[in-house]
Amino acid sequence: MSYALEIEGLEKVYANGLQALKGIDLRVAQGDFFALLGPNGAGKSTTIGVICSLVNKTAGTVRVNGVNIDEDFPRAKRHLGVVPQEFNFNVFESVEDILIHQAGYYGIPLKTALERIDTYLAKLGLSEKRKTRARMLSGGMKRRLMIARALIHEPSVLILDEPTAGVDIEMRRSMYDFLREINVAGTTIILTTHYLEEAESLCRNIAIINHGEIVTNTSIKNLLRELHRETFILDSRQALPHALAVDGFELTRIDDYCLEAHIEQGQDLAELMSQLHGQGISIISMRNRENRLEQMFVSLLEQAS
Amino acid sequence: MTPYEQWVALLTLMRKEIRRYTRIWSQTLLPSAITMSMYFLIFGSLIGSRIGEMGGVSYMEFVVPGLIMMAIVTNSYANVVSSFFGSKFNNSIEELLVSPTPNHIILLGFVSGGVSRGMLVAVIVTIVASLFVELNIHSYAVVVAVVALTSILFSLCGLINAVFANTFDDINIVPTFVLTPLTYLGGVFYSLELLPDFWAMVSRANPLVYVVNAFRFGVLGVSDVSVGFAFAMIGAFTLVAYLYAAHLLRTGRRLRT
Repeated sequence: MSYALEIEGLEKVYANGLQALKGIDLRVAQGDFFALLGPNGAGKSTTIGVICSLVNKTAGTVRVNGVNIDEDFPRAKRHLGVVPQEFNFNVFESVEDILIHQAGYYGIPLKTALERIDTYLAKLGLSEKRKTRARMLSGGMKRRLMIARALIHEPSVLILDEPTAGVDIEMRRSMYDFLREINVAGTTIILTTHYLEEAESLCRNIAIINHGEIVTNTSIKNLLRELHRETFILDSRQALPHALAVDGFELTRIDDYCLEAHIEQGQDLAELMSQLHGQGISIISMRNRENRLEQMFVSLLEQAS
Repeated sequence: MTPYEQWVALLTLMRKEIRRYTRIWSQTLLPSAITMSMYFLIFGSLIGSRIGEMGGVSYMEFVVPGLIMMAIVTNSYANVVSSFFGSKFNNSIEELLVSPTPNHIILLGFVSGGVSRGMLVAVIVTIVASLFVELNIHSYAVVVAVVALTSILFSLCGLINAVFANTFDDINIVPTFVLTPLTYLGGVFYSLELLPDFWAMVSRANPLVYVVNAFRFGVLGVSDVSVGFAFAMIGAFTLVAYLYAAHLLRTGRRLRT
């Protein structure tokens, strides 16, 4: 199997003695949509920094599409597009100039760069802002500009470090659609985010990093399968009796029309519905109390610490 | 990167650098013209007419090469230090660092910005000078070579300063406390012959002495030091500055964590 990213024994000790990465191993398959999650300061941005050469590693190896960064970093960089967490462009330059410059740094001639700029600005809804100076853009537009910039050399691996931080819901959804589209077209995407529903809806595989170590690395499906208990909020059409009880299920009455049902792994939701119906209670809507991935994420971090 | 791709990257950097300082020409090109006009007027015409000859030529003729060189030194240095530090400050330097652009192209790109500004200012100041004194160039080859080498040297120094700078104050310290005194003590306004032997010898440790005198030889045909030795010194300083700047980029010191 060929990997878009292979990391072995990656260590980083900063000059102040902080050990940010403690020998992590990670593999991301080509074409994957991969989530790298972890709390603040866990080592996500350091890992990305090493991959894209902004952080000098202490030990370990990193391969991008099979190219070892220690042997041929320029070739590895060609495969990589990076959208950093912080805005890192000159805000006094126009959108077009920022993209022309980035293309030039990859050796892309101006004519080709202009064609690609047309394409990516249109796809990301920034065509009208082409001549606008970057400082005049909204936060969401700046994020999209950074995505366009990362794609201008058409990399096969796109790394996004919290790309939707501070972006409104509508903009976030259009970004998701765009990322899904380029992933389907073959681009491997590695995403770090604090929005766990974002990771759950977009990504197929996941790694959770904490204190510079990988806590888990598996598919999102497998991870969620390990979730032993879920809490659902149920809304009833009828007023709920004060002494509400259903055999085999733990229920908590929230108010006259709402209850919480705690479902253990292996329990049958249909059975609960049937018993409630038998007591004259019709459930008109149901939702998870918490994001499932969030539950798992918190549980894993608690175990690790 | 293929040689063609490197060429594209270099052109991109050069275009960006030149557009940066031409867009704000009133802050980058105009001040030198005004400052040098004042120098020519005060030191050349008003005070100079009372001084008489210096180094075998009129005082006005004597100070013109030094003042042109002073403009080249300060402008090539200022261009690179402000551009590179600005890129560091707003993190846009990361655009370059994550790209496959080789370090020597990054270096060449920033230096070419400084060299082009230094040369453009040299042309402007020379035009202003020609309003005050008739200039008959002694050796065009020497003039071009000194201007090119000097602007490369001080562009490299500007880049080194920018790598180490943490704040905007840091990029003003060297020009204020090092560059300006060295320029004034580098024989711009006087001949080394006027100094006592000891101070004349001390002055020879100042790289600006070689820059100013080599250029003065190119313009007037007179110099306090051997022109060959001056070129050797400027070349040596440039080589050291280039190697050190390349080393800083290669190790990523103050650029990568």
